[in-house]
Parts: sequence; C-alpha cells; structure tokens
Amino acid sequence: MTAQTNRLANITPLAHITIMSEIIIDPAPTMALNDDLTPLDPRHITVTRISSAIFMAIFVIGAGVLEVAQIISRGAFIIPVALLALYYAWVVPARKYARWGYAVGADRLRVVRGYLFYSDTIVPFGRIQHIDVEQGPLQRPYGLATLQVHTAGNHNSTVSLPGLAHADALAMREAIRAHIRQAAL
Amino acid sequence: MNASAEIQQAATGIKLSAIGLFVGFITGLPRLFFPLLAVLFGAGRSDKGVFFMPFIIAGVIGLSLIFRWIAWTRFRYFIEDEDIRIESGLISRNARSIPYDRIQDVSIEQKPLARMFRLAEVKFETGSGTGDEGTLSYVAVEEAERLRELVRAHKAGTAEHNALQVTADMAETPPIYTMDTRRVLTLGFYSFSLIIFAVLGGAAQQFDFLMPFDIYDVGAWLGVAKNNGDVLNGIGWSARILAGLSALLALIALGFATGIIRTFLRENGFRLDVTPKGFRRRRGLLTLTDTVMPVHRVQAATIQTGPIRKLRGWYALKFVSLAADSGTKQGEDSDHAAAPLATMEEIARILSAAKIDRASSELVFARGQSAWWIIQFVLVTIIILSAMLVLILAANAGWKAALLLLLLAFAATAFYFQWRNNRYALDTDQIFVRSGWWQERLTIAPQIKIQSAEVQQGPLARRRGLASLQLGIAGGTLEIIALPVAMARQIQTQIIAVVAKVDYSQISGK
Repeated sequence: MTAQTNRLANITPLAHITIMSEIIIDPAPTMALNDDLTPLDPRHITVTRISSAIFMAIFVIGAGVLEVAQIISRGAFIIPVALLALYYAWVVPARKYARWGYAVGADRLRVVRGYLFYSDTIVPFGRIQHIDVEQGPLQRPYGLATLQVHTAGNHNSTVSLPGLAHADALAMREAIRAHIRQAAL
Repeated sequence: MNASAEIQQAATGIKLSAIGLFVGFITGLPRLFFPLLAVLFGAGRSDKGVFFMPFIIAGVIGLSLIFRWIAWTRFRYFIEDEDIRIESGLISRNARSIPYDRIQDVSIEQKPLARMFRLAEVKFETGSGTGDEGTLSYVAVEEAERLRELVRAHKAGTAEHNALQVTADMAETPPIYTMDTRRVLTLGFYSFSLIIFAVLGGAAQQFDFLMPFDIYDVGAWLGVAKNNGDVLNGIGWSARILAGLSALLALIALGFATGIIRTFLRENGFRLDVTPKGFRRRRGLLTLTDTVMPVHRVQAATIQTGPIRKLRGWYALKFVSLAADSGTKQGEDSDHAAAPLATMEEIARILSAAKIDRASSELVFARGQSAWWIIQFVLVTIIILSAMLVLILAANAGWKAALLLLLLAFAATAFYFQWRNNRYALDTDQIFVRSGWWQERLTIAPQIKIQSAEVQQGPLARRRGLASLQLGIAGGTLEIIALPVAMARQIQTQIIAVVAKVDYSQISGK
C-alpha cells in the first residue's frame, strides 16, 4: 500500500522533468571496431562480387541497348555505367567485407556491419526464438552459409550473418540452440 | 455441461451455433453486392435478361446460403487437454491445432446483429502476425466466456472445466478506469477528423459509373466550375466571403461530428478492470469488444498527448504487446489502448497495476544532441534551395519558389520541437524515451523485455560522432536517437547485461 502511495506522490507531468545539459563528446571519426570481432570467411568477398556483378549486369545491358539505339552520343552512357558497375561489383564487396564482424559470447551474439550505414547489433541468446542456416545457390559452391537468428521484437526480428563456412554456421546454430530457453513474452 | 455431453463432445467435436449461420449469412450479404452487380450487368445486355433477373438474384443468394450451410456442417472444434482443435473445409480438410501455451489472447467480439441473438465471435490470437489463427463465428455468449476462461485456466496451469467456478472468478470488482459519456464526448472533440472526405473520395471512385459525368474529365469539371463561377460573379464580394466562411464552418463542424461519432462507436462505455488474469477491457457502442491482456504480456507503455490535451491535463495510455488489439486494421498502430483520455493520476494507477513505474522526480533525463537535427535541417535546406533554384531559373516561377520558403520554415519549426521534446533516461530497470514534435509521447519499457539492441550510424551522423540505438520490443519499436556514440554503446551494453543475465527457464512458467 505504501509503495502505491509513493508512486502516486512521484507523478511528474511530461513537462517537468529534470534535464541534463547536452553531453559534449569529441566527434569520433568511426564507430570503434573492437578487437574481439571475428571476420567473415574471405570467400564471402567472391560470393558478393558475383552477386553484385549479376545485379549490375542488368544496368550494363540496359545501357548497352541505349548505346546501340544511338539515342545519345556514343559512349556518353555506357562508359559511366560500366565504371560504376565495376566499382560496385569489385571495390564495394571488399570494403563491405572489411566492415563485417561477429562475436559469439557466452550469452549473446554480436553482429557488426555496414559500409556507409554502420550498425552494431547484440542479441542475447535468451531472446532468440528460432535459428536458420541458409545456403543460397551462389554460396553452395563455396561452402558458405548464412546464419539467421529470429527474435520476437518488431525491430531486428531477423538478424542475418552471411559468409560463414557452412560447418561453422551449423556449429554456431547448435551452440546457440543449447542456450535457448523458452522465454515468457 | 453434464457428463454425457462432455463425452460426446470429445468424440465428435462442437458445432458452431446454427443461428450464427444465418447471422453470418446476413452480415455477409453486402459482400455479394459486387458479384451480383457483375452478373446483373451481364444479363442486362440481352433482351431476355430483365426477365431472368429475379431468378439470378435468388440463385446467387441461395448458392451463398448453401455454401455457408455446407461449411457450417463441416466445421467442428474440439477442446483437448493440450490444445484447441479446429476442423474445417469442404473439399480440402483443414485440421488446426492451437496449443494453449501459444494462445496470446482470446478476444470476444459482438457485432450488432450477433448481439441481438446473444452470439459472439471468438478469436484465439497466437501473435503469429497473420491474424486469422483461429476464429469461431459464431458461438453463444456463454460458450465464448467459457472458452476464454478455459484457455486462461489452462495457461494459469490449473485446468478447470467447471464453468461455475470460473464465472465466480470474473465477479465484478470496481473498475480501475472508466469513461463516462462526458469523457467520451471530450475525446470525440479531440478526435477532429476529416477522414469522411477520404471515405467519400473512395466511394466516388467505386461508384463513378453512377456519376452524371466522368469525374476524371477535366473539361467537365471546368464546365461545372464555369457555371458556378458565373453564378458567383453575379453576387458581391461580401456575399462571397460569407459563403466561403460558412463553407469553412461547415467543414469544421463536419470534422468534429465525424470525430465524435467515431469515438462514440468505439469507446462508448469504456471500462478497464484489473482481474486476476490481467487487464480486462470492455468498450463499444454497436460492436462490443471484451479483451483481456495478461499483465506479464505488457512489453512497454506509451503515454501520449497533444498540445491542447496537455494544457487540459489529458493523456492517453497504450500498452505494447504481441497480441494485436481487436478492432485495429492491418497496418494500423496495433497498440492496446488502456486509457484513451485520462488524467495523470488515473494513468499512474493503471501503470502501477501493470508493474511499470512512472518516471520519478529524481530521475535525470538527458537531451538528444542538437547536431542530429541540424544535420537533417541542412539536408532539407539543400533540397529545398535547389528546388527553388530550378523553379526560378527553368520555370521562371518566382512566387512558387517563395512558397517553398514556407515549407522550409515549417521544417525548421518541426525540427526545433523534435529536438526540444526529445529526452531519454534509464534507471536500474526501465528505459524512458520521450519524442514527438506535435504529439508528445513518452514510452516506458522494462529493460528486461528488450529483445535486441542495435547501435546505428549513418554517414553524416558518423562524422559528428552521433548514433541511434534501436531496441527491439515484441509488438513495437523503441529508438533513442541523437546519442553520442559512446553513450549509445554504454546504454546498449547496460541493457544487454540486464537481459542476458536472466535465466528464462525460471520465469517461463508464467
């Protein structure tokens, strides 16, 4: 009963809350990539390069059609498109790869990724609903797989970790599954 | 239910109410409208079609009734020890098992016609997102109540088939929160809405073949405008202003009327009780809904208010949970309304029953970094200025470009208030986030309910050392924006430490 009256006494309307002055912190150039992160399998670069190349091929072919149709002056379209495609399919996968990293802790999974938009996700094992190990058609020849963990949250309901050796992904799945207990929602 | 009926039920299952078959048939009639229209339109083309029309109408309606009857005869539900089973289907038989453990919520809905026959629609919600997990339409109200209590009893771990015992459990206690007619009316005024025009617009699109002219024909519109314009030209300026003003007043009156009617339809007789099974909410004017939200399923609470409501001391309280609130459509905000218009004292009472603490006066709130909104404003400014440049140089439309300055001023105001209203705080076991520039909302989430934590940095925010923290909650989202990256990481670490140390096997029995 006293707890209840205390709570009522502590009511504060939204307007009258104490405000701390802005915290001034030196703008750090990048998010600190911690030392304890494991990089993905290097073959992941090759797989991403192939899939990016397939994706960019659509645009290159489109530009080629325009080139043949000679709507605009020769080379004005296909050369920039081809250069962009080359950059996207060759350079970007390597840079993205350098940004990927993961850590499997005693009670949590951490996934760090992003080339332009960084993100650093932590999922406690206790919050994982189910786990998938997926192998796409491009991943199969290279023996790679994607580990996906699903949570009940609306945001980050699926956290994907691609570019794992298939055996590693299966081992991680077993390790995480051992930790999962039914959580009360 | 006596013993012999119980045995029989176990073997053959329970059928839905036979009267419910007709209720479903009548409420389903509007859905026959368009197929019927199509058939009639086809028939109307031939000379003899007119003669056959009554037969066609009777045939379509009769067929619908026959299909419903067959579906009804093939529909059974079984109450087992571990689950509820539903068998249905004409050609392809469907047997569904819904384990008691997976049922998030049982909602009972009574539409007007069903209410006349004391019938109700029962929905078993499992939170799988699709929404059509298990629906029994229709069963007797008593059976609906019995089913719900059965599920609750199973979930509580005490399988109890005795209906009498269960009803005693639900004995009326004084409600924790109610809305009288005056309160509903007040809420109606705050729900000013011009949605009626959207509805009319939609209807105009559906029935445009009935219109005297093609509504997409600009020439016809110009003609109408010209005719009316000639009439308008005939009257003086004062009369025109008067006409304009009265049109505006009519629009405002219509907006208020829509808001009040919609609010009465939904919130009339709003009543929230605290029962041993959780929060029980009853509301509705024509369609009565009765839902129970177990306390431990509340993932977070949101306190919301608008600028005028805040001055009058009114707030709305919503609960975030996996189970979608009944009466909300797909894609709509699915939060569970616990108190649509309440004073802070009433909200505090409900919150303490939900085991969520209000921000205490000692709690220190921090503000988001202003650079976060300055970056956004600079981006918007660049876009608007280049649009202006294009307008002036290419289209030579100087005054249109000047109008864009208004947009810029609007953006500046919105960003300023977003920054001003943004606050966050953490205590030992909860997270508080305040946001919104027009409507203020304060979300309170127990840290233990967080599913995942993600620090995000965009390319521009990264240069300023800023980040946002996205917290996954079951049934909702929670984000803290404009944080210094070190602070974001610190909060992330702290929350995950709280979540990860809990042994869920200990509390899973709840």
